[in-house]
Amino acid sequence: MSPASSATSAVTIENLRVTFAGGAAPVRAVNNVSLRVTRGETVALIGESGSGKSVTLRSLLRLHPAKKTQMSGQIEVGGRDVMAMNASELAAFRGRVASMIFQEPLLALDPVYSVGDQIIESIQRHMKVSRSEAHARALKLFEQVRIPSPERRLAAYPHEMSGGMRQRVMIALALACEPELLLADEPTTALDATVQIQILLLLRELQSRLGLSIIFVTHDIGAAVEVADRIAVMYAGEIVEEADVRTLMRAPRHPYTQALLQSRAHGSLAKGTRLATIGGAPPDLANLPPGCAFAPRCVHVEPACREGSIAIAALGPTHQARCRRTHEIVWQHTAAAKA
Amino acid sequence: MISTPLPLSIAPVEQSPGYWSGVLRRFAKDRVAMFAGAVVLILVILALFGPWLTPADPYQSSMLKRLRPIGTDGFPLGTDELGRDMLSRLMVGARLSLFMGITPVICAFAIGATLGILAGFVGGWVNSIIMRTIDVFYAFPSVLLAIALSGALGAGIGNALLSLTLVFVPPICRVAESVTSQIRSRDFVEAARASGANAFAIIRVHVLGNVLGPIFVYSTSLIAVSMILASGLSFLGLGVKPPEPEWGLMLNTLRTAIYTQPWVAALPGLMIFITSMSFNMLSDGLRSAMDVKQ
Repeated sequence: MSPASSATSAVTIENLRVTFAGGAAPVRAVNNVSLRVTRGETVALIGESGSGKSVTLRSLLRLHPAKKTQMSGQIEVGGRDVMAMNASELAAFRGRVASMIFQEPLLALDPVYSVGDQIIESIQRHMKVSRSEAHARALKLFEQVRIPSPERRLAAYPHEMSGGMRQRVMIALALACEPELLLADEPTTALDATVQIQILLLLRELQSRLGLSIIFVTHDIGAAVEVADRIAVMYAGEIVEEADVRTLMRAPRHPYTQALLQSRAHGSLAKGTRLATIGGAPPDLANLPPGCAFAPRCVHVEPACREGSIAIAALGPTHQARCRRTHEIVWQHTAAAKA
Repeated sequence: MISTPLPLSIAPVEQSPGYWSGVLRRFAKDRVAMFAGAVVLILVILALFGPWLTPADPYQSSMLKRLRPIGTDGFPLGTDELGRDMLSRLMVGARLSLFMGITPVICAFAIGATLGILAGFVGGWVNSIIMRTIDVFYAFPSVLLAIALSGALGAGIGNALLSLTLVFVPPICRVAESVTSQIRSRDFVEAARASGANAFAIIRVHVLGNVLGPIFVYSTSLIAVSMILASGLSFLGLGVKPPEPEWGLMLNTLRTAIYTQPWVAALPGLMIFITSMSFNMLSDGLRSAMDVKQ
């Protein structure tokens, strides 16, 4: 049923800028982000809080309040121009072509309706089917996301389910109308560690079985490595480095990515070992400095970094970083561990 | 190993009960609420069938049998200042009193909930216009507003109902607005928008589903207030006209007998007290039964 007419590119974002104008000073949450996702590919957006990853994700569905948000650039999903859509086109697009999984399923599910009713409601919104057909489809979805005794679970209310079950329901809800693109906004952050891995594996399995494209937002590099084909690292509203998982993990070239990887607990650390941290704090998005946004915290900074805009440097067919000194900075794992 | 689905034993064995059956179950456990519910049920039966159940004609007066005490032969609850049977009048009075108590609340519920949900959902200047207008009404004490409106419109049941409705629109609207604006910012509303629901669908499904319960509970608590206010209006001669039996009016006319037959004179007040207490406890019970924790 899913239209396979479009080319291999499922998502194309070109020069996306998102500015929130509600407060005293406009907040430039996303600055000049370009990203392509091919069909059936999983891309993870990682970065710390306030780096613009969730804002980028929500822009794909144009979920930001129109009055207080300025958006520019181009967004295409499955060959459709999202920026040009009117309200009814957007309603037909959301959930049908691209759908979203939220971080906290207990809050994203309506407490007064059974989960089955919510899925049926969503199915009937986009597909012209009878209630019993929708019910049958909901049952199939529950089996697909591996919910035990699905028939009984359809009648349950969100508060009666465990966190992992709720997130499975959320995924079933997102898949209700056979979307081409799944947007996952930190889908495992609110879950226990053991449940996290189950959900990640489920996402990956569904992705390969249904041929979905997934954009996955997380601040957990481990989760990103688990599901993603490609990782884009965001900092201060920009993508600072983008590469396939293997390259990014083995040879990161942007100082921020390197610092992020160093700050993880990897291997077996001796007791009492301190984890490396990144000094300073992310810049104020209402008052971005000129030049590289990471310059104030960067260990490789030189005066020229603080001037002008920094161009993207292509480092390979699938690898690029937004840094002036990529050719000089080489990832030295052992040296980094000592630092 | 990790990828195997969760073991089936985690799923509860019993059929998950629905929301309303859960409410009913919790309500049935609440003894006070069940008792209040039974009293309300009896009052409703009286209101519907009172005229056919009375032992005597509630309009039949007798100058010879005025102000008999409680327990008099043939008049179990005595007689009023015109010699009419108090028991019959109290039974028949349930109809008008309940009517005066419930009707304004239902009308105000319809108007107030609509305005409040609109204000809460749309926000912005629509909210400002509606809520500031409501605030103007809110500034008056409700008793005074009801009396002033009734006085301006003139005596009569219709005008009393109209003024009481106007008195109850502001508080219901306030509650509706605050609950709606809370719901509007909840994640599941954004999730609904992200799955393609338009504003109408969001209001119909998510706002109404979450908002009507609390507004309904609040409104049931207003029925008691409405009854007391309606009785007050009748007491002042602005509501029901004699010789119609209405508890507030009966209380008014019997006040002249307060020194000769205080117990008989207090009976309509007692009925008003019992009824308003029952409605209050009923709405309390409903509130806690409908409260889904977690």
